Amino acid sequence: MEQNEVPQDNIRTYANNKKAMYATDSAGNYDVIASSGWKIEEEATMQAVQELERLAKDAYTKVGSGSKSPLFFYMYDRRMDLQVLSESTGIYKWRIKRHFNPSVFWKLSSKMLDRYGNALGMTAEELCRMPEQK
Amino acid sequence: MTKQVPFQHKHFAHCESGVMSLMISHHGLPLSEAMAFGLSGALLFAYIPFLKLGGMPLVTYRTRPKGIIKGLQQNLGIKMQMHTFSSPQKGMDMLDTLLAQGKIIGAQSSVFWLPYFPPEMRFHFNAHNLIIYGKEDRQYLISDPVFETRQRCEAKDLEKARFVKGMMAPKGLLYYPHHIPKHIDFPVIIPKVIYKNAKAMLKTPVPIAGIRGIRSLAKSIGRLDQKDPRWARLFLGHIVRMQEEIGTGGAGFRFIYASFLQEAATLLDNKDLQKASRMMTAVGDQWREFALLAVTAIRKKKDKPVDFAAIGEKVNSLADAEAEVYQELLDRNLA
Repeated sequence: MEQNEVPQDNIRTYANNKKAMYATDSAGNYDVIASSGWKIEEEATMQAVQELERLAKDAYTKVGSGSKSPLFFYMYDRRMDLQVLSESTGIYKWRIKRHFNPSVFWKLSSKMLDRYGNALGMTAEELCRMPEQK
Repeated sequence: MTKQVPFQHKHFAHCESGVMSLMISHHGLPLSEAMAFGLSGALLFAYIPFLKLGGMPLVTYRTRPKGIIKGLQQNLGIKMQMHTFSSPQKGMDMLDTLLAQGKIIGAQSSVFWLPYFPPEMRFHFNAHNLIIYGKEDRQYLISDPVFETRQRCEAKDLEKARFVKGMMAPKGLLYYPHHIPKHIDFPVIIPKVIYKNAKAMLKTPVPIAGIRGIRSLAKSIGRLDQKDPRWARLFLGHIVRMQEEIGTGGAGFRFIYASFLQEAATLLDNKDLQKASRMMTAVGDQWREFALLAVTAIRKKKDKPVDFAAIGEKVNSLADAEAEVYQELLDRNLA
């Protein structure tokens, strides 16, 4: 890639940051050029972000209708999935799945809630409360 | 150890090679990022369908995290001091102690929990590298090579980012060099590392790494029409993200490697390396053409069929081109 081809598409996923790119000048010599992003990369990133948002939104509805516990929503809201939540809490997947069940979730000990809260970056109290809207 | 020089932040394409370049240069042995990357032998391709990250098969364009640090230790004779911790408190105390000694410290951390990352870049990737070079009040002064400018981070946030659990958990890893050689014997080391890397890419015993890995990815892409359409599109986007977004200077490290080959050509005054560098640049350009094709396919309306076979073909042809570069490097018998 030549330096004049280094994309400067000012993409939103960079949030005004720039990335260093390796590109050649007209003589073929490499240098590092700051790039404000390539719209192709932006689309790929946004696809992943939107998928995570879709999952969180879907989860929000399920919590609202009473079929899932807030834990289910906050897992997706923090861009995790069952595997990541399991690894970052050290709790087995099957146990976490049980805790997605509201009737099980509301009986969890405060120690257990703290463990989840820790991994999700929130207090146990916040974990038990749903935001106004998603 | 050489005497302390004022710390200089620099903007680089990749976190680990950037940190190592900064750190080694800081201690008196100037080493570009491209050299740090190339000499660590970290260039790779691997496609491991049965290893899932966020529900997606692992696609990587470089060796595993810490591979650059380890490769440089091996190939340059640098010795790194590394610390991991059983408790966050111990890890933060050690950081403060080391900073008080005037050291600059490499640290592994999670991208998701670093507040200075743009929200849309925050994913659960736990093997991000950065340099901590000071502390003011409760804030750490951070030189993150993938950012243009220096950053600051609250102690509690840095602690969280350093001590997340899960895949590639950093366990608070801190590192700094305790021995750096006075000079590097480039004419001996460069051919050796290039040869080894090229051979690894061409002659892997397993079909998941090197050129064979690229070909098996091509095959998987060609068969995507048999998969759930939503998953197929997410998978294409995932490959592009691993290649372009995960801090690589574009094209899955191929441009950095071309830059390394060019620097090596100048150092050794070797025309063959110059030629290989140009060939590698062309390969990088092909990887970007693939990204363009893939994202154009994602963009298509739901009812419009995607020509997965053509995208797979593109990947196959770039595998050919990449194999040619390594063959050229082996044939020239640099070692």
